[in-house]
Amino acid sequence: MGKRLIVALLAVVVVVAAVGVPPAPAQKGPIKIGFLAPMTGGAAQIGKDMTNGLSMWLDENKWTIAGRKVELIVEDTQGQPNIALTKLQKLVESDRVHVLAGGLFAHVGYALAPKVDQLRVPMLYPVMAADDLTQRKPVKWVVRNGWTSSQPNHPFGEYVAKTLGYKKVVTIAIDYAFGWEQVGGFQKTFEENGGQVVQKLWAPLNTTDFAPYLSQIRRDADAVFALMVSISALRFPKQYEQAGLKGKLPLLGGGTTFDEFVLPSLGDEAIGGVSALIYSAALDTPANKRFVTEYRKKYTKVPSYYSETCYTTGRWLNEAVKAVNGDVENREKFLEALRKVEIPDAPRGPVKLDSHGNPVQNIYIRKVEKKDGELWNTVIQTYPNVSQFYKYKPEEFLKQPVYDRNFPACKFC
Amino acid sequence: MPPRRPRTALALGAAVLALAALAPVLTSFQLALLTQALILGILAMSLDLVLGYLGLASLGHASYLGLGAYAVGVLSTRHGAGFWTTLVVGIVLAAAVAAVFGLVALRATGVYFLMITLALGMVVWGLANRWVSLTSGDNGISGVPRPELGLPWPMATGLPFFYLILVAFALAFVFLRLVVNSPFGHTLVGIRESESRMRTLGYHVWLHKYIAFVIAGAVGGFAGVLWASYNGFVSPADTELTTSVKILLMVALGGRGTLVGPAIGALAIVLLENLVSVYTHRWLLILGSVYIATIVYAPEGIVGAVRNWTKGDRAWARG
Repeated sequence: MGKRLIVALLAVVVVVAAVGVPPAPAQKGPIKIGFLAPMTGGAAQIGKDMTNGLSMWLDENKWTIAGRKVELIVEDTQGQPNIALTKLQKLVESDRVHVLAGGLFAHVGYALAPKVDQLRVPMLYPVMAADDLTQRKPVKWVVRNGWTSSQPNHPFGEYVAKTLGYKKVVTIAIDYAFGWEQVGGFQKTFEENGGQVVQKLWAPLNTTDFAPYLSQIRRDADAVFALMVSISALRFPKQYEQAGLKGKLPLLGGGTTFDEFVLPSLGDEAIGGVSALIYSAALDTPANKRFVTEYRKKYTKVPSYYSETCYTTGRWLNEAVKAVNGDVENREKFLEALRKVEIPDAPRGPVKLDSHGNPVQNIYIRKVEKKDGELWNTVIQTYPNVSQFYKYKPEEFLKQPVYDRNFPACKFC
Repeated sequence: MPPRRPRTALALGAAVLALAALAPVLTSFQLALLTQALILGILAMSLDLVLGYLGLASLGHASYLGLGAYAVGVLSTRHGAGFWTTLVVGIVLAAAVAAVFGLVALRATGVYFLMITLALGMVVWGLANRWVSLTSGDNGISGVPRPELGLPWPMATGLPFFYLILVAFALAFVFLRLVVNSPFGHTLVGIRESESRMRTLGYHVWLHKYIAFVIAGAVGGFAGVLWASYNGFVSPADTELTTSVKILLMVALGGRGTLVGPAIGALAIVLLENLVSVYTHRWLLILGSVYIATIVYAPEGIVGAVRNWTKGDRAWARG
C-alpha cells in the first residue's frame, strides 16, 4: 500500500536534497570568473588548453586582480549549444559570477550571445569566432578578444594567389559557421586576386573518416585548402597522405588545421602545410618565448592558440578590473572598461579592439616544419595589424551578407 | 500485466503539488533544471510507451523532440506564428513522421528495430544539419520566443513558465496513463509478452504497435515544442543519437513500463549531469557507474527497485 506514494515522495526528497539551500548573494568577496569550455566529448583537449591558459595567468598573478581575490568556476559545455546555455545560466544565477569567458565553436557563440545580453553580464569570447557577432549582429554584452573566423583568411587568400601563385584551389571544410566563414574569407580575396575556387566540399563537425570526400577532390587543381577543427584535424592529414594526395596537391589550411593543439599528435604527413592564424607558438618575440617556455614547464606541452587567447584573457580582465578600481559590481562601467583594453605585447603580438569590437592584430602565415624532432608552425610572413575588414571599408564590407555555405557562390565549380 | 493502481494518480498529484509548492523558494537556475527535467520526462514517458509497454527499444526517439522543436523554431522566428499554432504543427508533424517511420521500422523487432530506428534518426539529424536554408544547419535557430498565452504572467521569467511546463507534464502523464490503462494498453503488454498468442487470439498486432508508435511520436513532438520554447534555441544536437541514447537511459534508469519511472529517470539524469559536473570533470565516470549499478542491482530501474524493496521481495538483493 502506498508504494507509489513512497516513490513520489522519494522524488521530491531527491530534488530538495539536490537543490539545497539557495546561495546568498555575493558581497564584496572575490571576483568570480565563470569559464565555459568543453571538458568532455570530442573537443575536451581543446577545453583543457583553454583552461590551462587562463589558469596559468592566474597562477602567475597569485589569483589576485586589483587587490581582490579571484575565483574561477569552470563549467563543461560538452561542445553543445544547449548544454552551454544551461551552464551559462548556472554560472550567472547560481554562482553569481561577475564576468564570463570562454566557449568553443561558432554555433555555440551564436547560441550564447542573446542569452548573455539578456542576463547582462559581460562575457569575453577568446575563441568563438563567429563573424557576425562583431559585424552584422553586434551584441552589447559580448566582448570579443579573440578573432573572427574570416579574419586570417583575408590576407591568406591574397597570399596564396599572389605569393604562392596557385590558380585553382579545392576547399574542404567542416560544415558549420566557422567553416563557412573561413572558406568565405579565403575565397573572397583569393578570387579577387585572380584565383579560382573550383570545388567546395563540406564534412560534418567531428567527421573522422574523410575517404568519401578525398576521393571526390578534383585532381586538376593546384592545391587543397582544408579547414579542420578539433578531432577532425587529428585525422585529416594522415588520410590525405594515404589517399596519395600529399605529393600531388599541396595542402593549405585554416589555422586550426595545423594548430599546435594537433601538431604533437601528427607525424611527417603534416610537414609543408601552410596556414594562417592570429598566433604561432614558433613566434620569435620575447613575450612569446617566455610564454612558451613557462607553459611547457607547467603543462609539458606546446601552447596552442586556444591557450594563448585564454592566457591573454586573464591579462585582459586584469587591465579592465584595474581601470574600474576593482569595482566589477558596476557592470556597465566594467563592460566599458573591457572594451577599452589594449595589450601592446601579448604573446601573439599587439591587440586592440576596432570600432566594431573585434581585435586588430597580426596575422601570421605559417608553414609546418620539423625542428629538433618536433613540428612547429614557422612564421613565413606577417601581416601586421589586420582588422576583421582587412583592406575593405567597414560600411562597404558589411553590405555583403555574412559568409555561408553558398556565399560567395562557387563561380568556377 | 501491471495491476491497476489507483493510488498512483494520487501519489503523482501529491508530487506535482509538492513541486508546485517548492518552486517559489528555488533559485532560477534550480527552477531551470527542474523545468528541463519535466520536459525530458515527457519525452522519456513517450518512449516508455514503445520501450516499456511494447518491448521495442528505439534509438531514434530524439527525432520527434527535434521535429517538434524545429516546428517551433522555424514557424515562430520566420513566420511569426503563435504558440498554439506551433504546438499543433509540432505535434502533427512529429506524428506524421512517426507514421511514416512506423511503416518502415515496425517490420522488424529486437536489435533490427534498434538499427532501423537508429538509421531513421540519422536521417532526421542529417536533414537538420544539411537542409541549411530551413534549419540554419549547425548554427541552429536562436531567438525562439517563450509562449504568449494571454495570461497575466510573463512566460519569459522562470516561475510562470515552470508552472506551464508542470501543467503540460501532468497532462502528458494523465494522457499516457489513460492509454496504458485502457484495453488498448493492456493489449500492448500482451503483445510484448507474446506476439503469437495475441495474434492467435485475434488481435491485429501490427496495427496496435503502429498506433502506439505514432502516439509516442506525437507526445515526443509535444515535448519538442516545449523544449524549443524553454531553450529559446534549436539545433541539430536536439536530434542527435546521443540525445536518443540519453532518453533510452532515462527510461532504463527510472524503470521501463512504469511511466512514472522514466520521469524519475529524467530528473535523476538531469540533476546528475548538472550537479555532479560542478564538482568534477570526471562526472561521466560517475554517470557511467550509476548506469552499471542500475543494470546490475536494479535491472527494473529505480521504480522497480523501490517496488521490490517495499514488497520486501528478495529480488532487491538478487544482485
